Amino acid sequence: MTDTPRLELIDVHKSFGTKVVLDGLNLSLAKGESVVVIGGSGTGKSVMLKCILGLLQPDQGQIRIDGEDTVDLRGAARERVLTKFGMLFQSAALFDSLTVWENVAFGLIEGAGMEREQARAIAIDKLSKVGMGEDMAEADPAGLSGGMRKRVGLARAIATEPDIIFFDEPTTGLDPIMGDVINNLITECVQDLGATTLTISHDMSSARTIADRVAMLYNGKIIWAGAVDQIDDCDNAFVDQFIHGREEGPFALEVT
Amino acid sequence: MNNPLAVIGRFFLAFLATFGRLSIFTGKSVSAIVMPPFYWRLCLQQMMTIGYYSLPVVGMTALFTGAVLALQIYLGSARFGAESAVPNIVVVGLTRELGPVLAGLMLGGRVGAAIAAELGTMKVTEQLDALITLQTNPFRYLVVPRLVAATITTPILVLIADIIGVMGGYLVGIHRLGFNSTVYLKNTFDFMETMDVASGLVKAAVFGFLIALMGCYHGFNSKGGAQGVGRATTDAVVSSLILILIANYFVTEAFFSQ
Repeated sequence: MTDTPRLELIDVHKSFGTKVVLDGLNLSLAKGESVVVIGGSGTGKSVMLKCILGLLQPDQGQIRIDGEDTVDLRGAARERVLTKFGMLFQSAALFDSLTVWENVAFGLIEGAGMEREQARAIAIDKLSKVGMGEDMAEADPAGLSGGMRKRVGLARAIATEPDIIFFDEPTTGLDPIMGDVINNLITECVQDLGATTLTISHDMSSARTIADRVAMLYNGKIIWAGAVDQIDDCDNAFVDQFIHGREEGPFALEVT
Repeated sequence: MNNPLAVIGRFFLAFLATFGRLSIFTGKSVSAIVMPPFYWRLCLQQMMTIGYYSLPVVGMTALFTGAVLALQIYLGSARFGAESAVPNIVVVGLTRELGPVLAGLMLGGRVGAAIAAELGTMKVTEQLDALITLQTNPFRYLVVPRLVAATITTPILVLIADIIGVMGGYLVGIHRLGFNSTVYLKNTFDFMETMDVASGLVKAAVFGFLIALMGCYHGFNSKGGAQGVGRATTDAVVSSLILILIANYFVTEAFFSQ
């Protein structure tokens, strides 16, 4: 039980001017674990992800990947850490100037330096894993529906078979059926890879499908964390209000 | 409270902050040019977009500028009987000033806006973040190909614009002002010096660099959705046009001051 966590955030602080977004955030993910961070809008979920990815610099604290503090890494050292990551963005963030297969193979060609033909074969395989045929490979991402874009984004996230995959609101903007399809695809792909995943979401249905563990972020801190099957029985008033989507509760009191 | 000193102070601090951000951006961009990998395919794509597809607008600008220049110089010089100077002044005016400056201004509008809009959209749709997570440096992948392509293709465009502009002047000189064709061409080539063309091409390279730099800088710093992209596009065009006019003065000083 002394395994080094795959990902560990220790006392992470991040402010923008006088606005404190992360205020001593602590979170740990074991190898192969799937954690979903829930929380209201503007609670710092996206900022947390951006700090882990190195897109934002925390003001204080450590972000450890396999035991290595990555906060101050730059250049080649940062790129080495990024090879461990896959990311599905909220809007999928597909490159409009490239075809679907080129999007999926981007990390293989530009990041890993793989030949285009070999990368294309892998991209086609990953597209099939998310339920898209070879006929979609040459399609223009701009012409895809929201659900299709998410699938391509998921194929891109798993293409390099990363150790850690991040999902930013994977079901936002999708109808419930397509949301469920994406949730199941995420679960299947992650199980295939044995990857560790960190998801941020508002969607409790998504959290219940994907998560081994759920953590609630509020006021820049994790205020509750536990196994997904414990969430309905927890005695935290914030969690209770959030998962039931009730207007009354501590969140509402703060708003008024 | 609109204390004038406070307003001036805020303006000055904002100017310094922008200057600092732009300097850092320029430093990162230039250092990325010499660091591998270099994306040849993207650079060639950008050369087509910036250079080849700008040929019609630059060509039309040059043609009519040369034509109107010949007409105006003829009308002006006729006041003191110096009509024969038309070919000489047209070629010097075009190669030294009007060719590079007008081509630069047209490219600033066309290319600067396109770069800022494309990169700005990539920024607000998280595509720049996606590039980073895919271990790709956005400066090397997006900025360097545009900077290199614009710096190389703008002088080529200006050279073509010079030729078309002189041709515009020639056509008006021959068909409208009654010049002899052979004499007009002889005067043009006898009077033109290598330095006239070379200075224009150096200016063009500087203008191309500035246009791409402003497009990339404002695109990378856009925020706030569609409105932010629109603002970035406007800022890219305005700043590149102003910088072209400022740089034009200093390059001219460097070449021709005694």
